[in-house]
Amino acid sequence: MRAHLILDDGTVYQGESFGAALSITGEVVFNTGMTGYPESLTDPSYRGQILVYTYPLIGNYGVPEGEFESNQIQVRGVVVLQYQAHYAHWSAQQSLGEWLQYHGIPGITGIDTRAVTKRLRNHGVMLGQIVVGHDRPVTTIPDPNTQNLVAEVSCQKPMWYGSSRKQIILVDCGVKLSMIRSLTQRGIRIKRVPWDYNYVAELNDFVGVLISNGPGDPKQCRTTIAYAEQALRSGKPNFGICLGSQIQALAVGAKTYKLKYGHRAQNQPCQIVDSQRCLLTSQNHGYAVREHTLPKIWRVWFRNANDGSVEGIHHRTKPFFSVQFHPEANPGPHDSDYIFDYFVSML
Amino acid sequence: MKPVQPKTVLILGSGGLRIGQAGEFDYSGSQAIKALQQEGVKTILINPNIATVQTDQAMADRIYFLPLTSSFVERVIAKERPDALLLSFGGQTALNVGLQLERQGVLQRYRVAVLGTPTRAIRLTEDRKLFAQALRKINITVAKSAAVTTVTAGIKQAKTIGFPLVMRSAFSLGGEGSAVITNQTELIRRLREALATVPQVLIEEYLGGWKEIEYEVVRDRFDNCVTVCNMENVDPMGIHTGESIVVAPSQTLTNHEYHQLRSVAMIVVRSLGIVGECNIQFALDPRSDQYRVIEVNARLSRSSALASKATGYPLAWVAAKLALGHNLLEVKNSVTKTTTSCFEPALDYVAIKIPRWDLKKFKHADHTISTEMKSVGEVMAIGKTFTEALQKGLRMTSTGTQGLVGDHPAVKKFRSEIIQATDRRIYALATALQHGYTVEQLHQLSQIDRWFLYQLKTIVDFSEQLKTKPLTRTRLWQAKQLGFADDQIAHYSKQPSATVRQLRKRWQITPVIKQIDTLAGEYPANTNYLYLTYHGSEHDIVPGRKQIVVLGSGPYRIGSSVEFDWSCVQAVNTIKAQGYHSVVINCNPETVSTDYDICDRLYFEELSLERVLDIIDFEQPHGTIISMGGQVPNNLALDLQQHRVTILGTHPRDIDRAEDRNKFSKLLDRIGLDQPAWIEVTTLAAAKKFAQAVGYPVLIRPSYVLSGAAMNIAVSPKQLQQYLRVAATISKQHPVVISKFITEAREIEFDGVAQHGELKVYAMTEHVELAGVHSGDAHAVFPPQKTYLETIRRTKQRMRDVVQALNITGPFNIQFLAKNNDIKIIEINVRASRSFPFVSKSVKINFAEIATLAMLGKIASVDFKKFDLDYVTVKSPVFSYSRIKGADPVLYVEMGSTGEVAAFGDGYQEAILKSMLASGLDWPKKNILLSIGHDRDKAKLLSIVEKLHRQHRFQWYATAGTAAFLRKHQVSVKTVIKGRPVLELIRQRVVDFIVNIPHGHTHQEISHGFSIRRTAVDYHIPLISDVQLANAFLIAVSNLKESDLTIKAWDEY
Repeated sequence: MRAHLILDDGTVYQGESFGAALSITGEVVFNTGMTGYPESLTDPSYRGQILVYTYPLIGNYGVPEGEFESNQIQVRGVVVLQYQAHYAHWSAQQSLGEWLQYHGIPGITGIDTRAVTKRLRNHGVMLGQIVVGHDRPVTTIPDPNTQNLVAEVSCQKPMWYGSSRKQIILVDCGVKLSMIRSLTQRGIRIKRVPWDYNYVAELNDFVGVLISNGPGDPKQCRTTIAYAEQALRSGKPNFGICLGSQIQALAVGAKTYKLKYGHRAQNQPCQIVDSQRCLLTSQNHGYAVREHTLPKIWRVWFRNANDGSVEGIHHRTKPFFSVQFHPEANPGPHDSDYIFDYFVSML
Repeated sequence: MKPVQPKTVLILGSGGLRIGQAGEFDYSGSQAIKALQQEGVKTILINPNIATVQTDQAMADRIYFLPLTSSFVERVIAKERPDALLLSFGGQTALNVGLQLERQGVLQRYRVAVLGTPTRAIRLTEDRKLFAQALRKINITVAKSAAVTTVTAGIKQAKTIGFPLVMRSAFSLGGEGSAVITNQTELIRRLREALATVPQVLIEEYLGGWKEIEYEVVRDRFDNCVTVCNMENVDPMGIHTGESIVVAPSQTLTNHEYHQLRSVAMIVVRSLGIVGECNIQFALDPRSDQYRVIEVNARLSRSSALASKATGYPLAWVAAKLALGHNLLEVKNSVTKTTTSCFEPALDYVAIKIPRWDLKKFKHADHTISTEMKSVGEVMAIGKTFTEALQKGLRMTSTGTQGLVGDHPAVKKFRSEIIQATDRRIYALATALQHGYTVEQLHQLSQIDRWFLYQLKTIVDFSEQLKTKPLTRTRLWQAKQLGFADDQIAHYSKQPSATVRQLRKRWQITPVIKQIDTLAGEYPANTNYLYLTYHGSEHDIVPGRKQIVVLGSGPYRIGSSVEFDWSCVQAVNTIKAQGYHSVVINCNPETVSTDYDICDRLYFEELSLERVLDIIDFEQPHGTIISMGGQVPNNLALDLQQHRVTILGTHPRDIDRAEDRNKFSKLLDRIGLDQPAWIEVTTLAAAKKFAQAVGYPVLIRPSYVLSGAAMNIAVSPKQLQQYLRVAATISKQHPVVISKFITEAREIEFDGVAQHGELKVYAMTEHVELAGVHSGDAHAVFPPQKTYLETIRRTKQRMRDVVQALNITGPFNIQFLAKNNDIKIIEINVRASRSFPFVSKSVKINFAEIATLAMLGKIASVDFKKFDLDYVTVKSPVFSYSRIKGADPVLYVEMGSTGEVAAFGDGYQEAILKSMLASGLDWPKKNILLSIGHDRDKAKLLSIVEKLHRQHRFQWYATAGTAAFLRKHQVSVKTVIKGRPVLELIRQRVVDFIVNIPHGHTHQEISHGFSIRRTAVDYHIPLISDVQLANAFLIAVSNLKESDLTIKAWDEY
């Protein structure tokens, strides 16, 4: 069935529908990763977004069995150049289209995704919609960033993972399951709590706090920021990843801003500041920490080697730190995996 | 902290092109030289491959056209005293020489540091046993394997690993000497062959059918490490990666698999301590996530050249910077110019490499492909989808197909060619699909991943639609998106190709131009690297201004190689110097012309009429140059002109007058120039009648030949009949020409440049071999040494006449036959020839530059009077017979060489010795075997054999007839019986040099001579099979020792 991708600036791209034949709206973002679509589609950070893949062939190896980064597909829609209905892989259970359909998520194929990407790059991220068949396009698209997307993806009540005496609080703003796996593999017990859960009183029983990744504008997470501020006062190791990094920064009085088109890729080079070393990282974020608003007692830990933006911050004396990228990878490279070791060593 | 920057660096090239080591090393060496020069480092290059861009005057500061052997390199080191050595930019040849120098203590003695990856690490990767041990130590899985040095040990190890198994030689290139072995008898035979040339052989677990995945890894001395590209072989393990269709990035790997292998690659590279670039190969189980590390190439390789072109990341240039001690972070991404090189390119397209084979050129050659490399070149196709890129790529190989399907004949025994892969397996798969085979069945037969087979099926299924259903706008769109060419669509819809093109234009079905920017559009990039696709809604660029298009050479193959790329690069440089913008169209990833810093716009595209017109329609250039890239672009002359494309240089009508034999004959008659009697025939009877009249032998050839495709000499009516059948199937459109073959004639060549029919510059060369040996296989001497002055004077005059009659503007090459001062013209090519770089560098005047100026109408006055030179240059062919199992290593009218080298000498003998040594021939040491068919040839060699005999330097062995003849002339010689005894003598390496001269110019069926030659090649014993050449070489050997060969740089001549 014919479908259209319509950007908020009026640009229309014609393609074919696959997955669920539904019309949807969202924020249109692009990702330049060449593999790992089951992982990115289930990443809660993509909540509210229509994801455009710059790599043209998507669906090649179908969808393997099992959980990826959350228990559902998180994107609102998928845009590809050529959807591969004929998949092949020993681990595949179904095609990407079947999977999308099962979860009620529309896809559109036959789109010049490079053209869309260049438009987003030049104009910045835009709202947009996928319109299927004879559906009428909506006239005003609600901006998902004005909603509390974190509330949509966070868990409803606390959950436990792993068995160990060393236990931490994981503030779930839309946590990727790989983050949990990375820590349980290292012998850490996790209490995963909702984004607005008050864990401050319980901190005596825990050796540290991890604030997870998540979707949207960090400023929406006022409660989370407030608890983070209190948690930092405890002096216990405090680690933020992606949105968690922005929340940590906001908690200490720094400011965040929206990047023009974000970093969504698996090849983002991040230099360890004041070193000769650079890591390749997986990223998915639309907001970043404004460097000059950072209190003097904090330093920039990682910096994007391409555009110089802040990719990680570290307290000068205390075990408080965070990274804007995804050390848990999935999708993407494992170069920064050692940061979990670093965190664990602090506990 | 930073190591002291070297002042002078020695770079080793890779020598003549041969199978497994081709033009990609001109790319890597050139990039390294540029990277070093940017840092103010003085560069010294040793490379006898005179046709390379790296040996241009503007490149290295000092160039030596000398053999790449440790003794010559040592002498250069002693003379130049470089601080450092780069050995990872010249393929396996450079690496082996470098390691040998280190082992001999030469590098230490002269205090030469090895830049980049330490030699310790290189040795580890080259010694398969140590490598496997090192990897096991860090818990990385490698294939079960055992290194053996004797046949007995091999048999023993085979018992523990089990059959089938894979045998590979250590220290070899392109998988030479490796094979899948299924039983013990075969194992013994192959072990003996391999151990004859290498000290160690590896026996390995057979992983046939596993996915074959490669990563290109870059690491600096600060331990920053990235994988620039990963690639997946469409043909799984069991077929050498050089023989496989390869796609970048991988298509069938999950995120887990992709990053698992990436992480392993980085662990391995770090533990080895690589600094610069390397390639790592994996086998990945198609039924689980198990993997095995197969090998690491701690140097630039064919794969790295491919990865570089597939991603736009200049691997060789970056590797050279890292070798100098830079941090990867500091090195800017030369495509975006703003971002860092410390990143991994994101592709938003698919790049497919397809090998180009030339096995049809060799009689008796085995067409199966497996773990040894046989292909002579490759193409890379870029598309948005696999199907689009695949069909483009198949056309790019210039093997006469329209794509995966089309008007080419079906593969008859497709099933067997799928099971035991041959060079046309991809077409066999298409045929099978047409016969209703399912993807599952084909997967079982070929073990190719189902995903790739689905892609093939999509194309085949659609071709059925094209055949049976009307060509609507939608269907035409879909066809173009699936990579169908206008020709292919025309074939299925039964209408002329031009009509399809018109229809497309009317329906506005045209391709869009996309950039390759390394970051998939994430950052703005001012990149010149382009391709076309039908999967797009907008162009990335706008048409350029004041542009000149240069058509490249397409894939390297026998007869069209790095020489043409050299000419193209010179043309581009000249165009730029004249204030134009240059546009290159080419599809060969092994070339320098497709480097990111050569031209203003690079279209990595097909050299087909359709695609060239697409580009010209868009760019509307000032003019197009078709005469620098060899025969492929030259063949487009008339068609392009008919589409009103402005061709610079000789008018296409005149090109046609030179190419079309009838028209050319008329022209020769008019100017009174003789040529061997000839006739154009369509029937056998007519051919026989003609041959009878002029007398045998006769030469059979189709018109529009390159490298003598299907040329043959017939000595009898029976042979004539046999050969005509071959020629007729090869070339349907062009009739077969038969001409009188003149024996015992010399061959003389002119390369030159003219403008409006007026000669501007020329160089004359003579062949060492007599006429009947293809000019590409002959040794060329400049200036002529043996040709009569009278002949020289007359041929020069006749050359001027032809140049004028054809009103040539630009490059040309003319070949003459001379016998007893009687001269006849053989042919003229109104384009740059293979010998252009050789003559240009011999006389130190850039013919390609002058030719380009002539075509631009801006010729400068060439300061060229008579070449009064006090040196001689000789060009030698380089053969790859050891790769082409079963082929007869004998010189013939069909071209068989894959590359060439050249050398300078103060005299002829010095030059020819250096040149032949550079081509890979070894000095005779102790025992020489002579086996000479014809009495005339025995007599020709008698005097030099007598002289050498008097010098008591060699022990002589000869087959019965030759021995009797020599004894009659008081030469003491050991008689060897033909058949098994002589072959055993070779296999046991009793003789270390062989002269075997076949009886005549005809290809005999399996003969004694053939088995001697073949065995010599298989056991790597130096062999000469031409009497003129043997004579010239032995005379030089009788007068000169290696120490007499001077170490002089190019600028010292």
